[in-house]
Amino acid sequence: MGRDELDVSIWRGDANGGRFEDFKVPAQDSQTVLDVVSWVQQNEDPTLSYRYACRVGMCGSCAMMVNGVPRWTCRTHVKKVLDGQKVTVAPLRNLPVIKDLATDMDPFFDKWVKAAGVHHPSKTRDDPIEAVNPASPARVEADTGIECINCSVCYAACDTVTGNADYLGPAALQRAWTLYNDAKDADQQTILDAVSGNGGCHNCHSQGSCTLYCPNELNPMKAIAGLKRATAASFFKRRK
Amino acid sequence: MIRPHRSHPLWFAFALHRVSGLGLALFLPAHFYLLSLALTDPVSLDSYLALAENPLVKVAEFGLVFLLAVHFFGGLRLMALEWLPWSGRQKSLAAGAVAAAFFVSGTFFLQAV
Repeated sequence: MGRDELDVSIWRGDANGGRFEDFKVPAQDSQTVLDVVSWVQQNEDPTLSYRYACRVGMCGSCAMMVNGVPRWTCRTHVKKVLDGQKVTVAPLRNLPVIKDLATDMDPFFDKWVKAAGVHHPSKTRDDPIEAVNPASPARVEADTGIECINCSVCYAACDTVTGNADYLGPAALQRAWTLYNDAKDADQQTILDAVSGNGGCHNCHSQGSCTLYCPNELNPMKAIAGLKRATAASFFKRRK
Repeated sequence: MIRPHRSHPLWFAFALHRVSGLGLALFLPAHFYLLSLALTDPVSLDSYLALAENPLVKVAEFGLVFLLAVHFFGGLRLMALEWLPWSGRQKSLAAGAVAAAFFVSGTFFLQAV
């Protein structure tokens, strides 16, 4: 094997199971993991299924397990993750596989809605626009979570999701925390109720894999800790 | 083998907290049973207490105190994480919990030998 060739193992299969297939891929400068997968699909096996769209780290569709770790493949240089000359690519954990590297992300998005991660308007279109002070503590807190690209890397990294299929997961809970801190959201109590039941924020074991692997360097663990505090405070207030 | 996505300090802190908690849960019934012998069977209690002079038992006691201390300090970290304003230094705090547990259990061990 020459140094300019990569040993690539790619998981092939569907919901019923599968196995790894090995490929030799020419190494190139600035080659991303997505480039490697694309090369295999374009030159070795056109039936390889995977998902991507923007290739610049904005759309959140190309996340896969790379050497056992969830990563956005379009922004991951393969040279930085090589194990010797070898790289293993598999579909994201914690999501049903459709085929090969493409997972069904419906459960992930369904949980965003379940976590009340939808806007609850405070005004009608006839009202003037709500003035938001960008320096207010709540807005500063909300701003820390808004760059989420829904790539599901945190969801695939989370062992609590693995152990509890109902757990809403880091991304959905961070979305709930962002809306909770948004002055334009009118229904904070609905958010707290949605995230404090079964599968809610109190399931989190603070393992921190979400925060470690988030490609946009967001901090869902911090957001979930915020929700834990807010739900507990709300519980004691309501008991009075 | 630890799977690659788990290979980071805060996951190890979680695992240590869980393992130490389970270890203490298994130990406590034996501990209470032994204490109860003071009332029900003092002679056999004395023979058990004599075992504590065995060097292996001293090492085991060191392990026990370490589990207790690391669960205590790790638990304080988790309560602070969930109840106090956020601190970004979770890795340092977890490392501090382990260091404090080694200090406590090491001091105990040196006192015991």
